[in-house]
Amino acid sequence: MTGLLEVNNLKTAFISDDKTTQVVRGVSFAVNKGEIVGIVGESGCGKSVTSLSIMRLLKGTSGTIQDGEVRFHDQNLLDLSEQKMRKIRGNSMSMIFQDPMTSLNPVLKIGRQLMQGIMLHLKYPKEKARKYAVSMLESVGIPRAESIMNEYPHQLSGGMNQRVMIAMAMSCNPELLIADEPTTALDVTIQAQILELMKELREKQNTTILMITHDLGVVSEVCDRVIVMYAGRVVEEGKTAEVFENPKHPYTEGLIKSMPKIGQKQSRLYAIPGQVPDPANMPKGCKFAARCPHVMDICTEKEPDLIKDEEGRKHRCWLYQGEYEGGEKVDVKSSTGN
Amino acid sequence: MGRYIIKRIIGLIPLLLAVSFLIFIFIHLIPGDPARLMAGKDATNDEVEALRTYLGLDKPILEQYFIYMKELFQGDLGHSLRSNAPVTQLFGERFLPSLQLSILSIGWAMLIGILLGVISAVFRGRWPDYFGTITAISGISVPNFWLGLVMIQLFAVQFNIFPAGGIETWKGYVLPSFALGAGIMAMITRFTRSSLVQTLQEDFIRTARSRGLGERAIIFGHALKKSMITVLTIAGLQFGFLLGGSIVVETVFSFPGMGRLLIDSIQFRDYPVVQSLLLIFSLEFILVNLIVDILYGFFNPKIRYN
Ligand SMILES: Nc1ncnc2c1ncn2[C@@H]1O[C@H](COP(=O)(O)OP(=O)(O)OP(=O)(O)O)[C@@H](O)[C@H]1O
Ligand SMILES: [Mg+2]
Repeated sequence: MTGLLEVNNLKTAFISDDKTTQVVRGVSFAVNKGEIVGIVGESGCGKSVTSLSIMRLLKGTSGTIQDGEVRFHDQNLLDLSEQKMRKIRGNSMSMIFQDPMTSLNPVLKIGRQLMQGIMLHLKYPKEKARKYAVSMLESVGIPRAESIMNEYPHQLSGGMNQRVMIAMAMSCNPELLIADEPTTALDVTIQAQILELMKELREKQNTTILMITHDLGVVSEVCDRVIVMYAGRVVEEGKTAEVFENPKHPYTEGLIKSMPKIGQKQSRLYAIPGQVPDPANMPKGCKFAARCPHVMDICTEKEPDLIKDEEGRKHRCWLYQGEYEGGEKVDVKSSTGN
Repeated sequence: MGRYIIKRIIGLIPLLLAVSFLIFIFIHLIPGDPARLMAGKDATNDEVEALRTYLGLDKPILEQYFIYMKELFQGDLGHSLRSNAPVTQLFGERFLPSLQLSILSIGWAMLIGILLGVISAVFRGRWPDYFGTITAISGISVPNFWLGLVMIQLFAVQFNIFPAGGIETWKGYVLPSFALGAGIMAMITRFTRSSLVQTLQEDFIRTARSRGLGERAIIFGHALKKSMITVLTIAGLQFGFLLGGSIVVETVFSFPGMGRLLIDSIQFRDYPVVQSLLLIFSLEFILVNLIVDILYGFFNPKIRYN
């Protein structure tokens, strides 16, 4: 397996009235070709900003990428000109978003929106692009694709619109698909269908998928590997089965404990106590310390590094730092972030 | 779509009837006696009464209204009390110049306004935006008669490029349409800018960027169409006002349009002309609104089907 996408020490901040708030605080991970990798974490931990930073889609917001590398095919996307970046977006790397109802243009026909990217990247003439767009809609399981080309997003259900989004994202055969909570806005049966569709895409076209979600159920369903983020940092990473079976970081443990389990009567759903720290006012030391059941003195003093142990698991927790003294530090620099 | 338009037009009929009635009543409530004005100062009371009977002004007001409506449906708007010419003939002379002036004014105002608005939105917070803002604020705050007078002084008196009044050639339209359009252009600039800035923040713009579209395709292909909904409302409303003829600008430029006909007729208590003018203005306004609504359907697909 070769690394298709490699994110190194990515730092992204929002700037407002001379105040800079870093919300992605030295994130590093890699995605191999053909993998489905999940990023999970509570709301506000920086999952979306990470994915937008990878695609360099922060334009129109006050966000800027301050530091780091996004290596895709061994070129650093952060060094590319906007023009070169446009050739990648929607072509070899594309994205689908959380809310399909607002993510499609309400005043343009579905067909036109689909064909734009096809004509731009594949350089198809109009008629060919149209035929191809119809075949794309069919391939994502949209019935009466021909007539849907002439309809507007508000005439379709959320699930159908998300299929349209997927057809759009897949139309130029991307190597990497970033899906930012693609099922969150949909109801449960539709969710399952969309996830099934994404797994199918991977089988058929060997598309690499970076799946962003706050739902561990989705992760266990489709992801080969999972990255757990907390307060703008990666706190744990590993193969999905291993992480679920034996979570290392107390935060991951809490997340898994708070998953509702089918067939098991629970008197009360577990919730991790406390709140996510304010990104504008990050505590010293481990950002999870205030909510951690295993908190030690050192945790509030100094932030642990993300280390890789001999089983290939990565975690950022003082419980294991001493144990793996010889372990490989993944990003030593990250503990100096503000 | 076609059914929708027909339904809307049928819906206009009761509205127009009500408007015609209100106009008729209001005109006849205005103080002043047209029979006496027409007969002149030296006329005896008997002469005035005779004239009143001849004009039908002695009948009860409702009866007068029904007579008026009957004639209206026969295409007869009556005769001017002042010149005795048929009102339709007076309109024939005045309508076209006013219509042309309105179209010209709204046309350039929209063209420049949308362009400046787009530039301001795209370069938000940089100097083209400030330039657009200053242009817009000056356009809104300068009264159009003053702008007219300044332009006459400058382009007619000083440099003699355009005539100070009259419409013997197309040049006669230039200065009045500029004076009329300036404020509207400014308004359209502001609305285009704010609407476009808002649209550019929406989720679907990010989607378009994530497809690799360039800025031009995003603004003209994705954002502007949505923003046009707001701009169209403003432009339609302004066009409706323009069609009424601008009394002030037409007076400043001695422009032979509907606005000046209106003010002259009011001074003379020329009932038939005034009420027909008001009726036409209302009709124009209502029609413009209908057209705007239909155009909405074009820009906003959600409207088209209900
Ligand atoms: N456009 C923006 N302007 C300012 N701050 C922002 C913006 N977008 C996100 N943020 C901030 O960045 C932080 C991370 O946000 P992000 O959207 O990445 O979270 P997330 O992990 O995707 O959460 P969710 O599960 O709710 O989608 C949050 O604190 C958020 O307030
Ligand atoms: Mg998010």
